[in-house]
Amino acid sequence: MMRTSLAPRPRIAILGAGHVGSVLARMMVAAGYEVSVAASGDPARIELIASVLMPGVKTAWAKDAVASADIVVLAIPLHRFAALDHGMLAGKLVIDTMNYWAPTDGVQPMFEGGELTSSETVQRQLADSTVVKAFNHIGYHEMEADRSARGSAGRRALGVAADQAEAAELVATVVDAVGYDVIPVPRLRDGAAFEPGGPVFGARLTASQFRAAVATRAAA
Amino acid sequence: MTTTTMPATPEPSASSFPLEFGLNTFGDVTADAHGTPLSHAQTIRNLVEHGVAAERVGIDFFGIGEHHTDDMPLSAADTVLAAIAARTENIRLGSAVTVLSSDDPVRVFQRYSTLNAISNGRAEVILGRGSSIDSFPLFGFDLADYQDLFEEKTNLFSQLVDGGAVTWSGRTRSALVDQDVVPHLESPLPTWIGVGGSPESVVRAARYGFSLMLAVIGGPAERFAPYSRLFAQALAQFGHAPKPIGLHSPGHVAATDQRARDEF
Repeated sequence: MMRTSLAPRPRIAILGAGHVGSVLARMMVAAGYEVSVAASGDPARIELIASVLMPGVKTAWAKDAVASADIVVLAIPLHRFAALDHGMLAGKLVIDTMNYWAPTDGVQPMFEGGELTSSETVQRQLADSTVVKAFNHIGYHEMEADRSARGSAGRRALGVAADQAEAAELVATVVDAVGYDVIPVPRLRDGAAFEPGGPVFGARLTASQFRAAVATRAAA
Repeated sequence: MTTTTMPATPEPSASSFPLEFGLNTFGDVTADAHGTPLSHAQTIRNLVEHGVAAERVGIDFFGIGEHHTDDMPLSAADTVLAAIAARTENIRLGSAVTVLSSDDPVRVFQRYSTLNAISNGRAEVILGRGSSIDSFPLFGFDLADYQDLFEEKTNLFSQLVDGGAVTWSGRTRSALVDQDVVPHLESPLPTWIGVGGSPESVVRAARYGFSLMLAVIGGPAERFAPYSRLFAQALAQFGHAPKPIGLHSPGHVAATDQRARDEF
């Protein structure tokens, strides 16, 4: 992918070395980003996984990875979110890739209630962070295969939802660099359209199809 | 921080294990010729015939996945497998998967050791999460404990499969002290871990020296190549001999490749 900006690329820390985290790490390394990955404990425990599945990443303690990153990606199962050290994310731009699935996560009181979207709940918990919703609506098993170069015919599109335009833009450059067209929505709350059961969840859509799908949902 | 690099590693040998072809089923309730759903009992009887027919056409393995729902009533796979075992000679028979987290590893071992005896050494066990979580509330387990339950029970199961008296303690089950668990295995009970996409599960399978069954839910099969490299390296790191890797995938068989694609 060609770099279109002379600004230094954001350093990325991925919390979670599971299905989603390992795929995201691989794709971001391939897109030229400096990526560190942390699980819940000693980085030595994910050394083998990292070396085989995500060559080129740095493994680190979560606190260290977060401290030296410009963007932190939450790629942990949602039921682990409550136990995460929220304080360490203060001042950081946080990409929320999580989905709330009660059948898999068990009922999570923090995310119940139906008033807030899952990412708004995350934002509320991370009051000193800037939360952006992205990558939650594409299956980890499709993420690598569905990438394509900017300008490709029929390029798949993904959404980015954030309250802050600057944060949305920065995340959009990452999503695009990884291999997807980006359709931003104006508020974090609009990320409801990306949630399970919504019009774009798991759907292979081009930019215009994606735009239409979220517009229809907003109008409904 | 440490930067990781790709260490030199011996390529897993493609010829280490013979290629085998198996059929897995969740024992879905099917319909009769008029479209009326069959009863649970008829579904189960049909499944026994299915397994017997599989041997007749030369299938190597027949697996049944544990479920607890009205449309998938196969909650006692080992019983059905025993019925198939009594009417077959060669086909290997196993769970695909046993939802170990909500079961008792001692009971799982006992049932499959019994199946192994009935079948003259043709039993296998694939341990996994399963594709639904109905067993958790049914047996009084909390989904939040999923990780601990699976880790501890896999740990106990690995000791049981090794044979001999077992001493074990944990928080998910009562302790065993120098316990002899029966029936004793007459021949080894191949044990696999079913893995969806979790690298940690691949490493867990390797840690115990179990075989790896990769569950392909979608996407190209090639994306699992790094997982088989991870498995091979982890096995070596844990000091185990190479173990087979299997691929569990939806598919369709027809007279030609083109027909299979069109029909699927």
